[in-house]
Amino acid sequence: MNIKKYVAYRLLSSFFVLFGLSLLIFSLSRLVPGDPARLALGPMAPQWAVDKLRAQLHLDEPIYIQYIYWVTNVFRGNLGQSLVTRRGVFSDIVEFFPATFELVIFSVILSTSLAILLGVTSGKYANSLWDNIVRITSYVGIAIPSFVWAIMSVFIFGYLLRWFPTLGRLSSGALMPPKVTGLLLIDSLIAGKLDVFRDAFYHMILPGTSLVISRLAQEARITRASVVENLHKDYIMAARSFGIPERTITLKYLLKPSLIPTVAVMGMDIAGSMGGSFIVETIFNWPGLGRYGMSAMLSNDINAIVGVVMLIGVFFAFMNILVDLITAYLDPRIMMKLRSG
Amino acid sequence: MNTELMKERWKRNWYKFSANPLSILGLAVVLAIILIAIFADFFAPYPEHAFVFVDFKNAKKPPSWQNLCGTDMAGRDILSRIFFGFRYSLVMAVSVLSVATPPGVLLGLIAGYMRDTWVDTIVMRVADVFLSVPSMVLALAVCSMLEPTLYNAMLAVTVMWWPWYTRLVYGAASSIKNEYFVQAAEVTGASTFHILFGEIFPNCLSTIFTKMTLDVGWVILIGSTLSFVGLGAQPPTPDLGTMVSDGSKYIPAQWWISLFPALFIVIIILGFNLLGDGVRDMLAGD
Repeated sequence: MNIKKYVAYRLLSSFFVLFGLSLLIFSLSRLVPGDPARLALGPMAPQWAVDKLRAQLHLDEPIYIQYIYWVTNVFRGNLGQSLVTRRGVFSDIVEFFPATFELVIFSVILSTSLAILLGVTSGKYANSLWDNIVRITSYVGIAIPSFVWAIMSVFIFGYLLRWFPTLGRLSSGALMPPKVTGLLLIDSLIAGKLDVFRDAFYHMILPGTSLVISRLAQEARITRASVVENLHKDYIMAARSFGIPERTITLKYLLKPSLIPTVAVMGMDIAGSMGGSFIVETIFNWPGLGRYGMSAMLSNDINAIVGVVMLIGVFFAFMNILVDLITAYLDPRIMMKLRSG
Repeated sequence: MNTELMKERWKRNWYKFSANPLSILGLAVVLAIILIAIFADFFAPYPEHAFVFVDFKNAKKPPSWQNLCGTDMAGRDILSRIFFGFRYSLVMAVSVLSVATPPGVLLGLIAGYMRDTWVDTIVMRVADVFLSVPSMVLALAVCSMLEPTLYNAMLAVTVMWWPWYTRLVYGAASSIKNEYFVQAAEVTGASTFHILFGEIFPNCLSTIFTKMTLDVGWVILIGSTLSFVGLGAQPPTPDLGTMVSDGSKYIPAQWWISLFPALFIVIIILGFNLLGDGVRDMLAGD
């Protein structure tokens, strides 16, 4: 199997898994006690209006007919109407996704690079004072739920020290740069507005760290373990006996194989951050998909819930394939298996 | 098995477990939390403050010798409520794991033993569907579609938890089935039931047990997150997540209302994680 075939195979199997996910989440959403139409229109709405909305949403049909309606609409790019915002769920998602994407990518880059830095330095000098500090801190870090870190960091860095802003993507006075990618950091650079870039960056620090604090600690531990394991491999010994400088050994021979386990969990990381974004975006009032999904869930907005969960499923599937490809690139053994088997 | 051998095995396990001081610390924290949770009425300085209680005269008092963690917006002692909160965290973890593990393990055993048959395909693809979105998202979605109660939160977490055990046991079972003792049992005509539960299952036990101890912290984390967003236990239940969320409105002026419950959530999870690591080291290579 070559790479192309492998990717095609993975895409196909993801398609089936996503089909299963849509069955699961769709049937769950239609089994909700209470009438979504009544919920959307409020208790004061006349009965005929509720009946009309029910008919519009096909809520009176059997569930498999509803599902068929839903699937045919999905392939036309229509995820139904949000019962709360009264707009198409698809256009809502398109509007809210960039903010979440920016936050998740920012926090994953932050956590991965910090974790590699901490893991490699502490593994390289195992059992030193630095190593022990990193290990103890990461034990505690893993145990901090993102909402706890969010609340604590708002208190410490937002109110006590006043280092970072705690709400939204930009300060209230700042002008949004013209929308190109929807990612503020990039858009502000394109517009050449460095002050907006700085503002957006500052706003991202607290929600970004809240999203990944426990992942960061976990990754640092994984990296450390794999550095310690590789440190005593024969090829490192051989390089050392040739008199190759320690710096070169670390950067050229030790780093690459040690990063494989860290990169392999990155897919889980991005997924975890997407999950965490529901909570963190709500706390920091970040106008993204997580906050949208959370408010949809709290108001029983079934079309929006199904849409958001499906989108996250699709995103997750793509990320996993991507991460597998990166792992294969880093690990020649996996690459060989892909090429031969 | 004779008692002498059992004693020897316990001794050896304890030796391996206690080699790491952090494991002992974890065990101590977990034991303390369990004791406090069971005897909360006894340990809590003001047990009557746990549920409905109002004393506006003493509301929002900062930490002092009378109220070590301060009082909340209704004048209830926060430390007392935290002690009662331990109960809900532990009940959540114990019930989720004891309900999710058996079906997860059973499906994993069957799918692993019948590897490469249609049973394997169906079971594992269904498990894949449940793992295709981040567990937090699925738990939130399921939870939001039910009435927000502690039991429904447990149900939501259970629904997303079993596939992890299926996947774990599947891996173990599908490699154990090729061992000689399983083949010997097959040749002598043992029933499938006996092979699954008499031969394969006992060899998966330490893996399952390790995962369960490591999972306690995660279940508590997800459970407290659900109640933090209001999809779990409802006030006046003294649930740690709910307490953090209620108190967060009073930050920064009355920081203690949410920060102390938050701190204890971290302590519980940390304790169980340390214990779980110790158990893993103890059972590894056994």
